[in-house]
Amino acid sequence: MAAGGAGKEGRSVIFEDEPVPGYPLPILPGHTSPGRFERVLRAGGFAVTTELAPPDSADPEDVYRRARVFDGYVDAINATDGSGANCHMSSLAVCALLTRMGYAPIMQISCRDKNRIAIQGDILGGAAMGVCNMLCLTGDGVQAGDHPQAKPVFDLDCVSLLQIARSLRDDHKFQSGRKITAAPRVFFGAAENPSALPHEWRARRLAKKVAAGAQFIQTQYCYELPLLSRFMAQAEALGLIDKVYILVGVGPLRSAKAAEWMRTHVPGMAVPDALIARLSGAQDQAREGRNICVELIQAIREIRGISGVHVMAYRQEESVAEVIDRSGVLKGRAPWYPERDTIKASHRTAS
Amino acid sequence: MYALRQWSVRHARGLNAFYHGFERSLLAMHGMFRAIGYQRLERPVAAVEKTVKGLLFDCRMCGQCVLSSTGMSCPMNCPKTLRNGPCGGVRADNRCEVKPEMMCVWVQAYHGAKRIPGGVEAMSAVQFAVDHRQQGRSSWLRVVRERKGAA
Repeated sequence: MAAGGAGKEGRSVIFEDEPVPGYPLPILPGHTSPGRFERVLRAGGFAVTTELAPPDSADPEDVYRRARVFDGYVDAINATDGSGANCHMSSLAVCALLTRMGYAPIMQISCRDKNRIAIQGDILGGAAMGVCNMLCLTGDGVQAGDHPQAKPVFDLDCVSLLQIARSLRDDHKFQSGRKITAAPRVFFGAAENPSALPHEWRARRLAKKVAAGAQFIQTQYCYELPLLSRFMAQAEALGLIDKVYILVGVGPLRSAKAAEWMRTHVPGMAVPDALIARLSGAQDQAREGRNICVELIQAIREIRGISGVHVMAYRQEESVAEVIDRSGVLKGRAPWYPERDTIKASHRTAS
Repeated sequence: MYALRQWSVRHARGLNAFYHGFERSLLAMHGMFRAIGYQRLERPVAAVEKTVKGLLFDCRMCGQCVLSSTGMSCPMNCPKTLRNGPCGGVRADNRCEVKPEMMCVWVQAYHGAKRIPGGVEAMSAVQFAVDHRQQGRSSWLRVVRERKGAA
């Protein structure tokens, strides 16, 4: 089913004060940002986020076209920051464009390309443009991308970045100690990879990120659920699951070949043999990949301490709506999108 | 040297104990250091530190040594210079995502930390961003100055 399909307008909503595009929402008590994403999580909703691949272009319409396919199915949209060390439109610019329409973007900040002076400036600038969520990442090495001749910066790592970001918001000062006059009201997050080695260290690393200021976590793809369950049990033992909202990374695998490629070429990824066998045995592999994704989402929802899913569907973004719809995780909720309320209003007039 | 660096991680417990003894002697020498002048000592001490730690740990002289919190595996050898644990790209054979010819510095650190009493807890502490002005300066002298200055 394509985005904009039937049934969307009939669903109930949680919040009634949702935006006129570009107009900031009030910050609810106990919240750190005026954003919708934080609201959904704090209200106990099962959140859905996705990833927008910034275009290799300077045309804003390319950004809007890519965002529209998610309309009605996601609570927030990540804009990647030179993902895989490849050059694209900046995350800050994509996010600023998205806020003009009222979308809830998650700005990704990688430590690979910028030092602390540039990054702190981007946090202030992003917040000034209405970006309410930021994801603090270390970033891929430059050797992985299309500019291996570039200088890797890595002035900060994701944990020290989180610390500095939180201090901007809560202590109203730069890392240098210099005061800022208006703090960025931002919900800060970080990434984690429960499938990567050393497995027994991963939950402790999560603890470090939470201690440094991570309020939400989006994980790398999790295809091996026993690893995820173990990670969550360790996180619970460390007392983390009440301190941070964890969204688990999922995505439809296009074919057995694609799954095999991911396993061998994306370091830190675990794709079980059984899953690859199931894909290669299917007549329509792409469809089977979506079936697997739906099943994964439903299984993940049942694991204690998980607050949502982060659906990454690079080059098959149109499948996100179908996968989320079939998984039933929104339980009839329609996340805000630009025309949602006008569609509802026109229905009301007609009836 | 890579092989010696591996050896140091395997002997993290002994090296850590040795360093703590060494640190105590350094602290005891504060009076003498002050008499000679810390500024004057900076270059020769940094040169010795660079030689010894360069040999044992492939030390990069960040000037803010955290080896006791990283299982004697120097985090500045991580191609992303991570100071707070491994990235999500550790390969299935525990090798580095960026430089597959070497073991992940942080997998090594974790093994080393498990050998040091309280090492895993030390590795769990959040490390601040590196102060790049300290690059090339002696961590040993800095420790003495900070401890004695605070006292």
